[in-house]
Amino acid sequence: MSDTHSHNHDHTEPPSDPVLRVKALESLLIEKGLVDAETIDAIIETYETKVGPRNGAKVVARAWTDPEFKKWLLQDATAAIASMGYMGRQGEHMKVIENTDDSHNLVVCTLCSCYPWTVLGLPPVWYKSAPYRARAVSDPKGVLAEFGTSLPEETNISVWDSTSEVRYLVLPQKPAGTTGWNAEQLEPLVSRNSMIGVELAKTPESLEE
Amino acid sequence: MNGPHDLGGMDGLGAINPEPENKEPIFHAAWEKRAMGLTLATGMLGEWNIDTSRFARERLHPVEYLTNNYYKTWLVGLETLLLEANILSEKEITSGKMEIPAQEKIQKKKVLPDQVESILQKGGPADLNTGAPKLFNIGDKVTVKLFTSSGHTRAPQYIRGHSGVIKDYYGSHVLPDESAKGNRTGSHLYNVAFNGSDIWGSKNTATIHLDLWQDYLKPTV
Repeated sequence: MSDTHSHNHDHTEPPSDPVLRVKALESLLIEKGLVDAETIDAIIETYETKVGPRNGAKVVARAWTDPEFKKWLLQDATAAIASMGYMGRQGEHMKVIENTDDSHNLVVCTLCSCYPWTVLGLPPVWYKSAPYRARAVSDPKGVLAEFGTSLPEETNISVWDSTSEVRYLVLPQKPAGTTGWNAEQLEPLVSRNSMIGVELAKTPESLEE
Repeated sequence: MNGPHDLGGMDGLGAINPEPENKEPIFHAAWEKRAMGLTLATGMLGEWNIDTSRFARERLHPVEYLTNNYYKTWLVGLETLLLEANILSEKEITSGKMEIPAQEKIQKKKVLPDQVESILQKGGPADLNTGAPKLFNIGDKVTVKLFTSSGHTRAPQYIRGHSGVIKDYYGSHVLPDESAKGNRTGSHLYNVAFNGSDIWGSKNTATIHLDLWQDYLKPTV
């Protein structure tokens, strides 16, 4: 497979080194009869096309419209989420934390990159980056500001440092102006970032932009 | 270990500079896909666990850890795991040429493409019973023990010595400190809430929640 990295952005650019290194390692392990190239393809395909933040958006939109489901989700997130077919690797032990009028939740993994894969897919680059992991705990308001998120002064912020195999998903607040909307209509308002807690859910107005 | 991975509270690392969500690709280069897929496929051989793999990454030199792209850290960590599991030799990694064939018992565990979905769906739950008594209840005040360890731990430096309140109990889970050494033992796991102001000063008005195993905790006196 050739390196198709051609766009410009300001994250660490991979030198050619890892390109060759991963290729050499894969060939070696195939030759040893320990991995299969098509198995790797299947894993990549899973996280490119099947498991991603739309799963989480479906969970949140359902919780916004189905009080019984929301109750279950807050009590036993692992079972409630599994009932929608989202289970397995990096989602074995789930906990959902709810944003309210006076409380806001933010998820981080200061020690590595723990993230609820079953509902959000693979973590974005910034979630794994050193500055986010460093400051989400020491300066959460500053971190939220970097995402353009400002909360009322009196809002209680809770930061969840994912130090165990429990994975956290934020249940954002349902945006104003969505009374009577069904789950399908609400789903596009549920951004990935709102389920990590660095942003709020989108407003109906922002969808029209 | 008090390694470069233990980032909570570090300053001077610059802006987060997040890519906008709707413009961010899942992978930024083809090699990242292979590094991710290869790491997972090799992990499925069962020759190491999640704690051994985290410990392999934590032992990268701090300069390298802090400047690496995250998948590069995975890649280097994978090489370490393969070396330490005696699956590859230094010479094989450097030359890219096979010297010794793999053991048949490991080859037999090779994952085939049609097994991927069920393995990922099954995952690897971390709950594991312990015979040790549960010492704390929700509402109890606890203090994180002061310790340093050259091995793997999931008690970040910034929380050691601080006191908080037990908010939740998650049952008994595999203790990472032992798991990274290959010993599977269970320990009671709690969610503990700390005042940000106790750790970072009065400007931090947040509540900081961490999942902490009973082995890390003592009653607050």
